[in-house]
Amino acid sequence: MTISIDDVRHIATLARLGLSDQRAAEVVGELNTILGHMSALATVNTAGVQEAIGVGARGTPVRSDNGPPLPLARALDAFAPSLRDGFLLVPRLSSHESVDDA
Amino acid sequence: MTEPSPSAAVVRNETVAGTRAPASAVAAAIERSIAVGAGRAGLNIFVCTDDDDARAHAAAALEQMSDTTPGLLLGVPVALKDNIATLTLPTTCGSRILAGYVSPYEATAVRMLREAGAIPFGKTNMDEFAMGSSTEHSAYGATRHPLAHDRVPGGSSGGSAAAVAAGIVPIALGSETGGSVRQPAAFCGIVGVKPTYGRVSRFGLVAFASSLDQIGVFGATVDDAARGLRAIAGYDWLDSTSAELSVPEYHEAGAGAVQGMVIGRPKEYFPESLDPRIRARCDAALECLRALGAEIRDVSLPHTEMAIPVYYIIAPAEASSNLARFDGVRYGLRLEGDGLRGMYEATRSQGFGAEVTRRILLGTYVLSAGHYDAYYRKAQQVRTLIAADFSRVFASGVDVLFTPTAPTTAFPIGAISDPYDMYMSDIFTVTANLAGVPAMSQPIGRVDGLPVGGQFIASHFDEMKMFTAAYALERTLGAEARA
Repeated sequence: MTISIDDVRHIATLARLGLSDQRAAEVVGELNTILGHMSALATVNTAGVQEAIGVGARGTPVRSDNGPPLPLARALDAFAPSLRDGFLLVPRLSSHESVDDA
Repeated sequence: MTEPSPSAAVVRNETVAGTRAPASAVAAAIERSIAVGAGRAGLNIFVCTDDDDARAHAAAALEQMSDTTPGLLLGVPVALKDNIATLTLPTTCGSRILAGYVSPYEATAVRMLREAGAIPFGKTNMDEFAMGSSTEHSAYGATRHPLAHDRVPGGSSGGSAAAVAAGIVPIALGSETGGSVRQPAAFCGIVGVKPTYGRVSRFGLVAFASSLDQIGVFGATVDDAARGLRAIAGYDWLDSTSAELSVPEYHEAGAGAVQGMVIGRPKEYFPESLDPRIRARCDAALECLRALGAEIRDVSLPHTEMAIPVYYIIAPAEASSNLARFDGVRYGLRLEGDGLRGMYEATRSQGFGAEVTRRILLGTYVLSAGHYDAYYRKAQQVRTLIAADFSRVFASGVDVLFTPTAPTTAFPIGAISDPYDMYMSDIFTVTANLAGVPAMSQPIGRVDGLPVGGQFIASHFDEMKMFTAAYALERTLGAEARA
């Protein structure tokens, strides 16, 4: 299976990564080389083999996720890039009409 | 030049006896850092140090001296990899996207270190988000090998390994996803331990690949590493994969006997292509163990050769999901772009380095529609077979396995440019992560003056057996381990 430049652009979109034309072309070659090595997996007979869903170690059972909330050691405004009235601010979706909400 | 740090046991016992003040242990670590050139222009071991912060932790340790039972690491400075969350120092994962970020949480392992009386001492350099095997892929530049400055210390926890190897601290924490503690330990001639998945809480360890990640421990000696692991192991509600099991006294494993122990020698870890000088060192170590009364048994782990393809599908797949959180919204770097998507793309493209970007793209591809079955599902099935190999061997009566830790010694900075060639550096270590079993590396000699590591691998939660073998091998090899 060979990756094309269109594949790279598609997965870059899925991964929210902007790539220059030059970098996208380089990635095509890099991923094809790496995935070429992965093709060895096709030689392994996995008929009837369960997918690993953990590491099989005893003592690590699934438990309910209902612990008490953990307080932050510093407030949100100490690290959030943009905050107003306790809410995180993000740019509008570019598909929406631009509105100056300042 | 100032002397290398004494062992953790010596520092702790002298602190308890009142002959060594915690503040002087910090001063010694600072002096040693300066003496070996640990700074940015030199070995580039630390991405962040704060002498006042270390002194404050030393003062806190001093207050513990009156406790009825002094902590296991009382007064011992411990360096921390930059992906382990601390409240008073930044946690940046060696990445531009987290430049200056100070966590609002403290990692459980760090809290446990402090409760054991240890003194957190600086954040160490690493491959960005722990993706790498050389500590060259850091936003802060490459870390240099303390014994050979033109070479890499291994990675991704190369800064922590170098801090211990340079004698600045006797113990450091790293993290393991595919060998990021054991391989740099082997390269730097020190001890590195990856505990069983679930043995140490990962709360506060920035996630890379959650089914593989574990916090690991570096020690100048087996005893240093054993004490470090004992201090941080145990159940933690805050990590849902944390095991609710009692923790043995690893630092007492040296009293155990190798006599009668069955040590497996898996043939797949000794391929014909293995450097004959590394093979010779491993054979000599196995001969030592045989002389101590162990039975050396040839065994097979037939799916080993599939471990690198499996690992480099599963780990990037999980990384592509885990690293989605770095988007400029809640913390870290934000760069403006065209609308929300433009902000995401600008932030992530400028914030992540080349290797992280490559792995996110690779992971996204193997999880995407049309490719999931051929890559991700297949890799998870083969992972089951790799884990079954280990289960079968341990069920047959083998106590521990012994292998080389890495196929080479430390290589020159810039020598490996092909990503897959770099991935092959992990060929003997990724299996333990895929199976979730504990493993450790220790020095077993040198080739051309560069350290060679030997690896013990044990069954789930059987760390005591590998420590018993490691203590015995270290005692028997003596100075030969570092010659």
